[in-house]
Amino acid sequence: MATDTYTDIQDTKVGQKAAGPVGWIDDRLGVAGIARKNMRKIFPEHWSFMLGEIALWSFVVLLISGTFLTLWFQPSMGETIYDGSYEPLKGIEMSYAYASTLDISFDIRGGLLMRQIHHWAAALFVASMIVHMLRVFFTGAYRKPREVNWLIGVGLLVLGMVEGFAGYSLPDDLLSGTGLRFVDGLIRSIPLVGSYVEFFLFGGEFPGDLIIPRLYMAHILLIPALILGLIAAHMLLLVYHKHTQWPGPGRTNENVVGYPMLPVYAAKAGGFFFVVFGFTALFAAIIQINPVWAYGPYNPSEVTAGSQPDWYMGFSEGLVRLMPGWESTFFNHTWSWNVAIPGLGGLGLLFTALALWPFIERWITQDDREHHLLERPRDAPTRTALGVAGMTAYGVGWAAGGNDIIATHFHMDIFMLTWIFRIGFFVFPVVAFLITRRICIGLQHRDHDTVLHGYETGVIERSPSGGYSERHAPLPVADQYTLTARQRLPELEAAETVDSNGVAAPAGRKDKLRARLRHFYYQGVLDKPTVEEVHHAEEHLGDFQGHPNQIGDDFGGVSDAGVPKSH
Amino acid sequence: MSELEKHGSDAQVAEPIADPGLPEHAYRVTDVDEAQARRTERQISLMFGIAAVLALGFAVAYFTIDFDETFLGWSAQNFALGATFGGSLLLIGIGIIQWAKKIMQDHEMVELRHPAKSSDDDRTAVLADLNAGIKESQIGRRPLIRNSLLGAVGMLAIPGVVLLRDLGPLPHGQAHTVWKKGMRVVNDISGLPIRPADLEVGQLVNAEPAVFFPAEGEDEAEIHGHELLAAKSKAAVIVVRMRPDDITPDAEKANWGIDGILCYSKICTHVGCPISLWEQQTHHLLCPCHQSTFDLADNGKVIFGPAHRPLPQLPLGLDSEGYIIAMSDFLDIVAPSYPELARDQKKLDEENNRGGA
Amino acid sequence: MRTLSTRRRHPLANVLVILGALAVAAVLYMAFAPKGATAETSSLDDIEAGRDLFVIGCASCHGQNAEGITTTSDGNYGPSLIGVGAAAVDFQVGTGRMPMAQTSPQAPRKTPEYTDEETRQLAAYIASLAPGPSVPEDEYLEYEGASAEEISLGGEFFRTNCTACHNSVGAGGALPGGRFAPTLEGVSAKHIYEAMQTGPQQMPVFSDDVITPEDKRAVIAYIKAVQDQPNYGGFGGGGIGPVADGVFVWIFGIGGLVGFAIWIAAHGTRSKKKPAGAGAEQ
Repeated sequence: MATDTYTDIQDTKVGQKAAGPVGWIDDRLGVAGIARKNMRKIFPEHWSFMLGEIALWSFVVLLISGTFLTLWFQPSMGETIYDGSYEPLKGIEMSYAYASTLDISFDIRGGLLMRQIHHWAAALFVASMIVHMLRVFFTGAYRKPREVNWLIGVGLLVLGMVEGFAGYSLPDDLLSGTGLRFVDGLIRSIPLVGSYVEFFLFGGEFPGDLIIPRLYMAHILLIPALILGLIAAHMLLLVYHKHTQWPGPGRTNENVVGYPMLPVYAAKAGGFFFVVFGFTALFAAIIQINPVWAYGPYNPSEVTAGSQPDWYMGFSEGLVRLMPGWESTFFNHTWSWNVAIPGLGGLGLLFTALALWPFIERWITQDDREHHLLERPRDAPTRTALGVAGMTAYGVGWAAGGNDIIATHFHMDIFMLTWIFRIGFFVFPVVAFLITRRICIGLQHRDHDTVLHGYETGVIERSPSGGYSERHAPLPVADQYTLTARQRLPELEAAETVDSNGVAAPAGRKDKLRARLRHFYYQGVLDKPTVEEVHHAEEHLGDFQGHPNQIGDDFGGVSDAGVPKSH
Repeated sequence: MSELEKHGSDAQVAEPIADPGLPEHAYRVTDVDEAQARRTERQISLMFGIAAVLALGFAVAYFTIDFDETFLGWSAQNFALGATFGGSLLLIGIGIIQWAKKIMQDHEMVELRHPAKSSDDDRTAVLADLNAGIKESQIGRRPLIRNSLLGAVGMLAIPGVVLLRDLGPLPHGQAHTVWKKGMRVVNDISGLPIRPADLEVGQLVNAEPAVFFPAEGEDEAEIHGHELLAAKSKAAVIVVRMRPDDITPDAEKANWGIDGILCYSKICTHVGCPISLWEQQTHHLLCPCHQSTFDLADNGKVIFGPAHRPLPQLPLGLDSEGYIIAMSDFLDIVAPSYPELARDQKKLDEENNRGGA
Repeated sequence: MRTLSTRRRHPLANVLVILGALAVAAVLYMAFAPKGATAETSSLDDIEAGRDLFVIGCASCHGQNAEGITTTSDGNYGPSLIGVGAAAVDFQVGTGRMPMAQTSPQAPRKTPEYTDEETRQLAAYIASLAPGPSVPEDEYLEYEGASAEEISLGGEFFRTNCTACHNSVGAGGALPGGRFAPTLEGVSAKHIYEAMQTGPQQMPVFSDDVITPEDKRAVIAYIKAVQDQPNYGGFGGGGIGPVADGVFVWIFGIGGLVGFAIWIAAHGTRSKKKPAGAGAEQ
């Protein structure tokens, strides 16, 4: 409470005791300087700003649970005879990797829980990175000066997927071995050098006895170290740039409004770590994931129906399923388009497009300003529509990756499904693009109308001549401001293709392309109202049947029953 | 506040609606009602209390519940450990957040931003320092040092790359499998040899070459361990029996079967999944990984899906005891395609005196 | 009644009348049909009774003498049953797959139409036409007594021969043309045995000469052992693997945590009052 009296920390007993060590540290490290800048640093608050935190905390959960698992896991492909607690596999020859995974699951108390926490957290890690990335994309938060942080994010997503795949392969069960077999086929399809990469990676012919130790090294050392480094850079840049915020009264491009790091933000973020950890632990308590014992040890002549990768590889898997069987021979070499294009090209194209997008957009819009205010998705209809189109294509690939499960569960013909997805992969994104753009522009028009003509009150009036009309009341000024707090559209001009002397300009073709793209980007987008429009509308609203100011500030529309509500 | 208003007024010119500035702070119930605040305090500490009890419960569950005990058909141990551990974490998290939401001050505060770029002064100073460094090092005046150093450092890439050479052997032997003339085709797992009479029309046998199983009087097979896995990943086969009338073999393959018994590689030519989803009435073989579909009555041709090459067929014969044997190794390369496949196939065809596949 | 009389001339009226009559006949038949004949071995009486049942219930598709009916396009309307043996009949009729309710890519399992006794009679009739696999001996169905070695050996056979279609926990899987490999959940040992032996519909045959009756018993023992296993880790998602996991992560994982994020960032109820002394603070 504001009236409470607090003893300053340095005057409390604890504070006096701590002063010595803290002073000792600061004498040597000078941390007070950094702490002074950051302890009360402001973070704006919105639920969508916490999505990245889910990824951060699930990574911490992965580090903790993964460390536990390494205490027992044996990354060896050497053969052993299983003699653990799981009866149906007793006496079977299997690798140490698989046997030790079974031991963790059945003979180490809490081992199964930790395995399941680790796997759920991994699935959640990649999922939350994607959700976070979508939030950043659709609100334009990647714009200057945050392009580098966007690139770091793309890098983290790539590493997260590779890390997940490496982990999925380690237990050496039938499912993970089938996944490795697929990767082997994928590597072989790399033009010209495929067999070399295969032999070097596997240490000889598939499966060899080296791939699991090598993946293990990558999984517990190399990739986590890279991820950790990139996360550190990601967070440092976040602190340096300060978080973006939604526009609103008092929230401008030049300030950041929110809660200080200490205590509110630290408590909320710290509390969220416990929530994420607790949530994954509860998941692991009640939902089974990757029951390796049910699959049996890897054997290259066995397979199970419903062989799938983890969900984040589903897109790639789906594209491989959709691809027609194209393969050609020239220069005395075999070119496996059927595997290389969807397997290597699909994710390659996705990540390239993601990495380049901020720069492409900047080239089109020629917008060199710093942006700290977020854009509502509807206010950038082309970007939003492109994003939704991309999500649709990704979704088709995803669904195709589970086409056998869809076929059995919905009693459909799997070949017909494949054809639907083959065509849909090209058609659905276009449809999604057109619809999304239309919806965005429609929403912009509605905002425009609400600002200029007020909102519909639900109050019906009868005029003396017998006509009925609905009263509109102006929005509170704060809401009006929020709706109009965005940047004006630039003037669209045709590109100058000739200079003042009538000679074709050297960069003419590039400029022309840009002009066309600019037109495409801004086509149909509604600018916010001008000052004149607002003045005119205010007068009009004032004139109109002598209202609406009489309704009063407290009026908040009418309920379904027709009773006026107040704010 | 005053700074904020100043900033608001800068943008005001072009804005159709002027920035009304931050709204006045509205207080929470816990700010104005101490009784409510006390209730919240008790609520939060109750959560922490339960969390502590659950953590104790974890230890109790760890030492008292056996893995085999079940709860709702799940492992009771896993459930109890997860529920206590997860519950404890979750309650601590919710408690802390509730504390932040209800008790901690929630006045919104304003901080000014600064452009991401450094000041012009800094930029100039850095450039000056950089130039001074370059000048003092004389790197521009003495290109010999510069260029030879660049060359030497560049050459360091060589040990870096060469060191990786022993990651694995050079690609070899992709064209051959362990099959050879006279090797029996035996049932997988049991290792039993097969006679044609053992097979009915519509039968499928998941089979392997006999070398994967111990010969009579031996304890261990010729091939074992990971060598066995590598060999299996190319040599696994399926033997199927169809009505001879249903089969339309290529001229070359007319004698590769025995009364409608044909043998195909089990390894998909797409990315190598083992396939045995054989429909005995349609003769179609479906790969469960990517749905490539092969027609076993028609030379293993691809009829759907991403595979390109037909499934290689193994020529069959009978040995003196009437058991099914291979008449040679595969004449077409098995397993997924690789860049040198075309070249290796040509070589293989020459070895087998086969005119263009 | 007017509506009934006007619809009497509807083209479907005849069909309805016939269907109604058939239904009445069926009910009467079920009520009065002889049940519980005691003979265990297939006597001539059984064959006779089986033939009667066959002519009523099966002949329309499989032909009067079980010789099968070919369609004009040379396809199978109903295949010949000569030589399929008692095991095939016991499986198809005993699991309710036959008679089929309608033409579809494959006959699904459903509640059997015939009693055990009638199934035995039908099987006796078909077995009398030509030799074929008979219903398996009880000793190969008694999986309860199987040893641990037998169960793990059965697992090896199961993973090599069965999981490709039926999935590693027997949850089933997709086949071309809308067909599917059915789940093995709740299928009796006898029917699993018969399916391996006779290769119903698209399933290949796994004859006793290659997968011996002992091997088959081991496979059954493994299937039953695995189905009796608890889902150690919790709710299993139907054993369909990573697709279910992905669905859970997105719907409950991301859904739940985004819910938490919304709660964390939400501003609760606000009071119009100010705390004492708040004015001084401003």
